[in-house]
Amino acid sequence: MKDLMKDYKTEVMKNEALQNIISSWIPELEFTEEGSEFLTISVKPENLHQLMNQLKSNKETNFDYLFCLTGMDWGKELGVVYHLESTTHRHIIVVKVKTTDRDNPEFDTVCDIWKTAEFHEREVFDFFGIKFNNHPNLKRLFLTEDWDGYPLRKDYVDEINMVIK
Amino acid sequence: MDTTIKNSNLKSEEYFINMGPQHPATHGVLRLLLTIDGEIIKKVEPDLGYIHRSIEKMCERDSYQQIVHLTDRMDYLSSHINNEAVCLTVEKALELEVPERVKVIRTIIGELTRIASHTLWWGVMGMDVGALTTYFYGFRDREMINDIFEETCGARLTMNYNIPGGLMFDIHPNFVKRVKDFIAHFKTKLPEYDTLLSGNVIFQKRTKGVGILTKEDAISFGASGPVGRGSGYSCDVRKHHPYSALDKVKFKEILKTEGDTFARYQVRVEEMWESLSIIEQLIDNIPEGDYKVATNAVIKLPKGEFYQKVETARGELGVYVVSTGTKNPYRVKFRSPGFSNISLLNHITVGGKIGDLVATMATLDIVVPDIDR
Repeated sequence: MKDLMKDYKTEVMKNEALQNIISSWIPELEFTEEGSEFLTISVKPENLHQLMNQLKSNKETNFDYLFCLTGMDWGKELGVVYHLESTTHRHIIVVKVKTTDRDNPEFDTVCDIWKTAEFHEREVFDFFGIKFNNHPNLKRLFLTEDWDGYPLRKDYVDEINMVIK
Repeated sequence: MDTTIKNSNLKSEEYFINMGPQHPATHGVLRLLLTIDGEIIKKVEPDLGYIHRSIEKMCERDSYQQIVHLTDRMDYLSSHINNEAVCLTVEKALELEVPERVKVIRTIIGELTRIASHTLWWGVMGMDVGALTTYFYGFRDREMINDIFEETCGARLTMNYNIPGGLMFDIHPNFVKRVKDFIAHFKTKLPEYDTLLSGNVIFQKRTKGVGILTKEDAISFGASGPVGRGSGYSCDVRKHHPYSALDKVKFKEILKTEGDTFARYQVRVEEMWESLSIIEQLIDNIPEGDYKVATNAVIKLPKGEFYQKVETARGELGVYVVSTGTKNPYRVKFRSPGFSNISLLNHITVGGKIGDLVATMATLDIVVPDIDR
């Protein structure tokens, strides 16, 4: 097994070490390892872009691969979950950002940091109605422009097309 | 009389054309809005959603056993691997250890799926650049794998063979023999692929140096699978995060550094050899034992978040499940490889010719239902 994996990194930085590095950048971050296999950071919307920028540009963390970007509706709050991986160090981290403003949810875009975010953020905008500031081309991706509402929100109702069990 | 036309008299201007949604080279219902100046591409804008079924929303009302069946409607050429991804997520959440037999069978079937998908892609790739013969070669060899699958799971496209806890039923008694027959057959046919297409001068001229993607861009755009590996980006989930029996087999991750259309082509063709080797290492050593472990009729995952990534024929598929402890997931997200791969199409085709777009798009190996989940 070891021999087979000799070219591949199997030892990654411990979550505590990662937490120590990241918590020194911005004071108001919340870290948790509960209920997930990855270290999860909760960040306030105003600190999001700064944190993301440093997660990628810092040499020790170097999270250069945004492999999943998920829109979330937690009931009261709307938000986005970012799954990040480093292709050099092979550690993984999860960043969550939330807002209680359901009428006009807004976050900063991360397209300038990871190009893949452009399409992913458009998908989140389409299905959750979350706006991304400074996004170069923020419009609906799958649905038509005149679609009413945001289907993946929990309070979305469509009596014709949705089968409720 | 002077008949030469002075260049200053010629006017060119940009215009839009539609490619698709019913165009054969878009491999499904995908519409590309092209901005072109003569034959030069200025911008490619994919218009998605023609066959979006909102699988993620449907998952929120379904049980975990039902979700498995939805996933092979995403990337239908990797249906076994998609099913496996959901099963692995559920098993990870339940901390359920499946028997060794299940792991080995899942790996063999996954690699057969990869070969089937790559042969079909190879045939279609040739056809896209005008070599119609490849289409028949590719489909001929894929047919053998489909027959093997049909005998074991009763289906040829949407398999539904994996279930949380193992497999729906044991392999057919003929399975081992037929897989071995296929390996023997395919080993004589795979070199023909190279003679017919890879070594063809016209084909090489159409693909070399076209649609170049650098390694940095591949990572930034979230490219995965052969698209990433064609740019020298080591992104094989089977190596970095092994699952099922993939940590017990020897195989090479194929990497090419050119990053052009031909490199992505070569990665897929060489990957078929590696998949054959993986199957050969396992086919004689399928452990005895049960083909599933019993789970509750109603599966309830513990409260929490679970993520599992697998390597489908197209790249990294991620399944992200958020559970509140009930029989339905609170939220399911499928991170599909095709979605990230199509997002870089504009980047690698701008400035090229419109004819090259078709060749480049063929090596992204797009399956549209995988993008429109």
